[in-house]
Amino acid sequence: MANILAVDDSASMRQMVSFTLKAAGHTVTDAADGKQALDIAKTRSFDLVLTDVNMPVMDGLTLTRELRTLPTFKFTPILVLTTEAGMDKKQEGRAAGATGWLVKPFNPDQLLATIKKVLG
Amino acid sequence: MSIDISQFHDVFFEESFEGLDAMESGLLNLAEGAADVEAINTIFRAAHSIKGGAGTFGFMAVSEFTHVMETLLDEMRNGQREVTSDSTNLLLEAVDVLREMLSAVQQKTDTDEERIAEVNQRLEAMLAGEKAEVADSADESTINAAAVEASPEQKIAGWEIKFHPHKHLFQTGNDPVRMLRELASLGDLTSRVSDDGLPDFADLEPEDSYLSWQLTLKGNVPKEEVVEIFEWVDDDCDLSIEVILQEPTKVEIAVAQLDENIAEPVAEVQQESKSEQVAAPVKAVAKKAATSAPAATSIRVGTDKVDSLINLVGELVITQSMLSQIGDNFVPGMLPQLIDGLAQLERNSREMQEAIMRIRMLPISFAFNRFPRLVHDLSDKSGKKVELKLTGEQTELDKTVMEKIGDPLVHLVRNSLDHGLETPEVRLAAGKDETGTIQLNAYHQGGNIIIEIVDDGAGLNEEKIFSKAVEKGLVEADAELSPEKIHELIFLPGFSTADVVTDISGRGVGMDVVRSNITGLGGSVEIKSKRGEGSTFTIRLPLTLAIMDGQTIRVANENYIIPLISIIETLEVKESDMKYVSAKGELYPLRDEYVPVIRLYDIFNLTPTTTDLEEGLLVIVEGEGQKIGLFIDDLLGQQQVVIKSLETNYRKVIGLSGATILGDGTVALILDVPGLMALYRDPSLAKVITNNEHAA
Repeated sequence: MANILAVDDSASMRQMVSFTLKAAGHTVTDAADGKQALDIAKTRSFDLVLTDVNMPVMDGLTLTRELRTLPTFKFTPILVLTTEAGMDKKQEGRAAGATGWLVKPFNPDQLLATIKKVLG
Repeated sequence: MSIDISQFHDVFFEESFEGLDAMESGLLNLAEGAADVEAINTIFRAAHSIKGGAGTFGFMAVSEFTHVMETLLDEMRNGQREVTSDSTNLLLEAVDVLREMLSAVQQKTDTDEERIAEVNQRLEAMLAGEKAEVADSADESTINAAAVEASPEQKIAGWEIKFHPHKHLFQTGNDPVRMLRELASLGDLTSRVSDDGLPDFADLEPEDSYLSWQLTLKGNVPKEEVVEIFEWVDDDCDLSIEVILQEPTKVEIAVAQLDENIAEPVAEVQQESKSEQVAAPVKAVAKKAATSAPAATSIRVGTDKVDSLINLVGELVITQSMLSQIGDNFVPGMLPQLIDGLAQLERNSREMQEAIMRIRMLPISFAFNRFPRLVHDLSDKSGKKVELKLTGEQTELDKTVMEKIGDPLVHLVRNSLDHGLETPEVRLAAGKDETGTIQLNAYHQGGNIIIEIVDDGAGLNEEKIFSKAVEKGLVEADAELSPEKIHELIFLPGFSTADVVTDISGRGVGMDVVRSNITGLGGSVEIKSKRGEGSTFTIRLPLTLAIMDGQTIRVANENYIIPLISIIETLEVKESDMKYVSAKGELYPLRDEYVPVIRLYDIFNLTPTTTDLEEGLLVIVEGEGQKIGLFIDDLLGQQQVVIKSLETNYRKVIGLSGATILGDGTVALILDVPGLMALYRDPSLAKVITNNEHAA
């Protein structure tokens, strides 16, 4: 089971994502913005990072770019959680080094299906 | 896997309402024209989160409504749209609508569809007004093309896929192996890997991707599903996906290969869909259970407060074990230790009481938050220029008091803006800055919180107030009143000086209601005003409603508590000073006024130990701006008392606000000063109370 870092400034989304992942047997660490996540990431590695895009302090794209500069996150799957309208965001996410994306709104089943795709 | 996401609704509502507050204050601070990108970003993010959350948790109407707002805000932050007062006002209105929609969803009540549609239409109109193009038209066309290709009439036998990842593919976190596995789960997959690109071992970079694949996926698989697998990497590889149309020979080959390759993944897929079906009804049941649960009011508590409480509980446990040790082998010589232990216990419980009270305390900014919006709207409406200043927003106040002080505060602020502040022209003519100031200050003083509403407007017009009061029959035309006394008149029931009932403050609620609301909370409100310079309303409130400072008094052989906040002074009286008026009974001349005297033993129907005023004491108390003297036998101690409601435990009794348990275990009733005033004015109420006392 995977060790996952989940980043979202919305407490309800964070809880929903953590709960779903934990229920599926994963270990979850969460963070409320990119800065918090980056600080955590500097101390340990993860099998997967899920990050929201629009966040205060440090947004998800900056976080992705920063993570890719860390040796431990060079190949780690990073999924950005983005909204339907954000086609540009998908491209920006990819340019920042994200592995892929999950379109909001999503339900727990969709979340787990997408996770499965990258965790194998 | 089935997760009941309704368990996250409370958190969603809480953060959404916070988001709306942030949007509102952000919008109010947006200066016209000047685009403060970070400010707009904050507003945008709040809208964005609400939209995302509402979509996730299934509140589609909320999500759709927010979408248009979000788009407008997105254009603003990208500089595509100017910030105008029109757009700000419309967005503020949209915030209101959204707030109503969310509370309607939360409380499961109906929404005002008409208003929602109307505001939505205006938002759409604003959006369309300056930007007619739809940006995402390109995406739609590609989706359509894919749909046509995969239409069911065409018999798709499978797909020929050429997949050549670029070297850096691994550095995006993607892995060809996972994609191949995904493909295999869609149909019958045969793959031929080419190592043509593989360099000599010495030149091999272990972090790069060198292989390429030629894949044949057999089966009637829609193209989107294949495309979706490569969706994340289509910029990081050379990819071609070609359809294989149905030919009998190829199908036979496919069937043959199906057995050896794919049996396992297919089984897995079936199993998964089965568990999903089973899970569905469970989800429905869980949802029902969640909706029937009553909405609990919650309170957000800082962890520091909880930590200090836990710390105190720890100390309490230590004290308890110390005391029980003493109790186990008690000998008289251990008395000093016992007394020490009890003193420690007392300190522990007092500290815990304070810590627990602090949990219910919230910063007054929760009550102040609505004023920037209110003042913005009112100044728009009245054409007055107003600057609102808030200080002491972090001052903490009991949550219940906070909830109840909101409306009186709104009334006072409306009042200051409507009656206090002048129009810009008048202000300029008077040599003042054309922008008026309203200040809301909060601070602690003793066991009270003080809230001041200060305006630099015209001040109260004493002549006008006096003549109005005469007109209404509230004072005699020949009465001589000091300016302070005249100011007090505005708190009398049935008083209103507004020449015209305005949209702003003429709402049928007078200052008398404001005052009685505040006294109902055990507080008081005072006014200071100076012509031409402005007015200050000072509200004094207890920090909490559950505990108050009380003065224990003795009447006959009974103990009562008088709220300390209502006591002005206590005096010994001389019989010779007393005046007797046939209609009003006994009056005591306190400096320049006559104070009516109430003999408490009369009211409570007790057998007096003395009826001689000179043998007892007179406690002067004030309520609703009126003073009254209470004749008692003696003053005992002052102490903090925990208020137990009479209403919930017995019934409402005029003249009493509750009861408390004294240190010796006896019950003492707490006097309600405004209630005693009412009794004084209408003695027939006293009959009721004496009967009750007998019955009790």
